[in-house]
Amino acid sequence: MAQKLDKVDAVIVGSGWAGGIIAAELTKKGYNVVGLERGVDKDQEDYIGTKDELRFSRRYEMMQHLNKETITSRNNQDATALPVRTNENALFGTNTGGSGVHWNGVNFRFLPYDFEIYSKTVERYGKDKIPKGMTLQDWGITYDELEKYYDRYEKMAGISGEENPIGPNRSDKYPTPPMKDTPAIRLFKKSTSEMGYHPYHIPSANLSEQYKNPDGETINACMYCAFCETYGCDFGAKSDPIITVLKTAKKTGNYELRNEATVTRVMHDGNRATGLLYTDTKTGQEYEQPADIVVLAGFIFTNTRLLLLSDIGKTYNPKTGTGVIGKNFTGHFNNMTYLGARGFFEDKKFNNFMGAGALGATIDDFSGDNIDHSDLDFLHGFEVQIQTTGNRPIATNFVPKGTPSWGKEFKDKSLYYTNRNLYVNALSGSLPWQHNYLDLDPTYTDFLGNPLLRVTYSYTDQDRNLSRYAVDVCEKIMKKMGADTVEKDEITDDIEFNSSFTTGHFGGGAIMGNDPKTSAVNNYSQMWEMDNLFVVGASSFPHFGNYNPTETVGALAYRAAEGIDQFLKDGGGLLVKGNQVKSKT
Amino acid sequence: MTDKRSDDDKNLDEDGLSRRRFIKNTGMVAGGVVGGSLLGGLLTSQFQTDEETKTDKKQETSSDLQDARMFFNQNDFKVLQAATERIFPEDDNGPGAIGLGVPYFIDKQLAGSWGTNAKDYRERPFLKFNQVENMQQKDSENLPPNPQGAQGEDQKTNTENQRHQSRLNRREIFLNGLRKMNQLSQERFNTTFDEASEEQQIEILQDFESGKVKLKGVAAENFFILLRVATLEGAYSDPLYGGNKNMDGWKMKEFPGAQPAYTNKISQDEFAKIKPISLTDYQG
Ligand SMILES: Cc1cc2nc3c(=O)[nH]c(=O)nc-3n(C[C@H](O)[C@H](O)[C@H](O)COP(=O)(O)OP(=O)(O)OC[C@H]3O[C@@H](n4cnc5c(N)ncnc54)[C@H](O)[C@@H]3O)c2cc1C
Ligand code: SF4
Repeated sequence: MAQKLDKVDAVIVGSGWAGGIIAAELTKKGYNVVGLERGVDKDQEDYIGTKDELRFSRRYEMMQHLNKETITSRNNQDATALPVRTNENALFGTNTGGSGVHWNGVNFRFLPYDFEIYSKTVERYGKDKIPKGMTLQDWGITYDELEKYYDRYEKMAGISGEENPIGPNRSDKYPTPPMKDTPAIRLFKKSTSEMGYHPYHIPSANLSEQYKNPDGETINACMYCAFCETYGCDFGAKSDPIITVLKTAKKTGNYELRNEATVTRVMHDGNRATGLLYTDTKTGQEYEQPADIVVLAGFIFTNTRLLLLSDIGKTYNPKTGTGVIGKNFTGHFNNMTYLGARGFFEDKKFNNFMGAGALGATIDDFSGDNIDHSDLDFLHGFEVQIQTTGNRPIATNFVPKGTPSWGKEFKDKSLYYTNRNLYVNALSGSLPWQHNYLDLDPTYTDFLGNPLLRVTYSYTDQDRNLSRYAVDVCEKIMKKMGADTVEKDEITDDIEFNSSFTTGHFGGGAIMGNDPKTSAVNNYSQMWEMDNLFVVGASSFPHFGNYNPTETVGALAYRAAEGIDQFLKDGGGLLVKGNQVKSKT
Repeated sequence: MTDKRSDDDKNLDEDGLSRRRFIKNTGMVAGGVVGGSLLGGLLTSQFQTDEETKTDKKQETSSDLQDARMFFNQNDFKVLQAATERIFPEDDNGPGAIGLGVPYFIDKQLAGSWGTNAKDYRERPFLKFNQVENMQQKDSENLPPNPQGAQGEDQKTNTENQRHQSRLNRREIFLNGLRKMNQLSQERFNTTFDEASEEQQIEILQDFESGKVKLKGVAAENFFILLRVATLEGAYSDPLYGGNKNMDGWKMKEFPGAQPAYTNKISQDEFAKIKPISLTDYQG
């Protein structure tokens, strides 16, 4: 029997960026908030002195270990989904701070085009440009409406950036200057400028200088130590929820984070959410935490799964395209949307072992709809970047094609080229299709006996055409950069989704919009069907832009927090009324 | 000894990483964010130039005492030694797998939770083996994926997920594979794998890599991927795990290990030759 606890103002699943921002904003306003986090308690101290590639990059110290739960995956509705059994194929955030602790810190805003993708596509190219089965839709919010929340997020995290010469409007500049440059960055910037493009530094949460944010939290200056991606920062120099929003929330005295608390259901009476049901994984005891406001911020897979398990909202049906929960699963995939070209240099050595998670440069000349798609066989675009996160020795052993992958020749060449190669890659937009979705697996369960979430996903010609175009651009840039040998990643005709969930960039499942028929939440991340339930994170993305997601997750979280405050002050109700939105279904 | 010390001091100066300057760079004292624990712990031995520098000799001695088997029996271990040495052979660049302690590294890893897949999802139903085998991509996929792909992956495969559907755990896969290697060597060459010639060993390994060998419960190429990746892990992980002896793997790769900062070098054009440090020294 679940033990019923005292009611609080708000209860939140997850302590990542999404859950952390909401916790900070609500507790600052005086609401009392409980956070439920499945992972263990962590503090910045836990990451001091831990530059250990085996432990963090190969044994996945900071990821959700899959022995408790995982997802299942398949390519189409007729196949049997298989569980993703090892972290080699799945990096899911857990522990205090979630994925926001082991992330790189790359910070992009999505484009104005992204938020009104359906309308702008129809306006520029006509309805027929959208292929059959592509479930493109507007977000129900514009870039201009979201801009102030982007700005708040950047100031909270202290983002170090350089003005994007062809970027959308900004109300203010970045709070800290761009990071240092490197020979590779200078080469990329010079080459792309000469090609007529508009390079700029990747906006970064690895801070260029020490910074105190508006909440009074201090973030240190980055040391370019190169143990960033999949690691916690040794120096408190990478913005993460632990040293910013969770700290702010705790300081108010109104926030309690309960670790090792796995949420299994949203409790509700059909119209209102009444609280969350969770299991204390240390004791096995089940608790019910009642609250006026319930927030799901457990990343897209948990957000969608909890809605399905709790029977909230209309389940998506891929055959008819009706229903919403589970709809429009998209993301960046390591063998499709995250590809590029590698250059090998015979005489030039780079300090490839130095770097920082978000250190690099990029161009937006091909992003979103910045290229004319009239004669192209795909929609959306890609950002091209050189990202110098720092190469570590186990993971990076690049050798020119044709070299054996072991033995004498391999050893010799992998050593020789370690500091003689660079990679330019593209991050492409990922658009939704009727056949790509999430639901519950009929066979496999988690450690508590609840069904796992099942992913059904396959690539389309749209993906292949876009990626081919993108790697060709990467190849040209790499050639211009003077590499002696340039090898672009291959996109074969039969390339298929490889059930690998390693990028951390996934969206959909509880998407936002203007119309309750085609979306799960409104632009405050409030469920249409249950107005005191807020579902926050990339689960709201109706499609995936060609950028890393977190700044948009953060901006939507700031907006959701504002909405929750409004909701509590007004005594309830929908914060925006639904109307017919422009979408393709 | 004296020479070595002054060498190290010079290194520190070049890096601009004296304790005082380092603190100034991070702004740690001013901000006081991370406070006492960091200054007390992390920065101690790393920057105490008056402390006796640990000599290479001393490190060798202590890691030699770890060179004992926890998991494999003697025969299996010999096969493992020979196989990893073929994958990462000694050459002009420096030591091979055996010299780096890779076989002992793998032995320790298998003896621990990695060997029993303790962190993996292990619920049934598992596929029947022939179903898994049918899904294997026969062309080679060999290197570990790089999580976010910012640096690209060494190689990519269509069968990522299928590769891990075997009901055997890593310990069983290793024993299964190594014993088959030995058996093949005896059948073909009338001698144990570790006694076979280099060419003979390579021939057998190639047959595993290309999936020509049939194992029970796991595809031979999947065992080979595991063996190959574990060998690289042993060559290049921090020496604390018993491989990368004397940091020789890192030295060959010009990888400086657990350096605290590259702030003063990141922008420079010249290649930086930096003496590596391990976590033993970094953590203090
Ligand atoms: C290796 C890596 C690098 C990345 N780098 C970047 C980058 O450079 N730039 C960028 O924009 N994005 C990056 N990302 C993505 C980024 O980390 C995510 O977009 C972001 O962290 C999402 O925040 P979130 O709060 O929505 O989810 P999370 O950070 O995943 O937080 C969700 C939390 O909820 C908890 N939780 C889940 N289910 C339950 C449950 N049932 N009960 C209780 N608690 C639960 C989890 O344990 C977790 O702590 C990266 C991701 C990875 C994996
Ligand atoms: S590169 Fe910078 S932000 Fe990343 S872990 Fe090192 S010091 Fe921290």
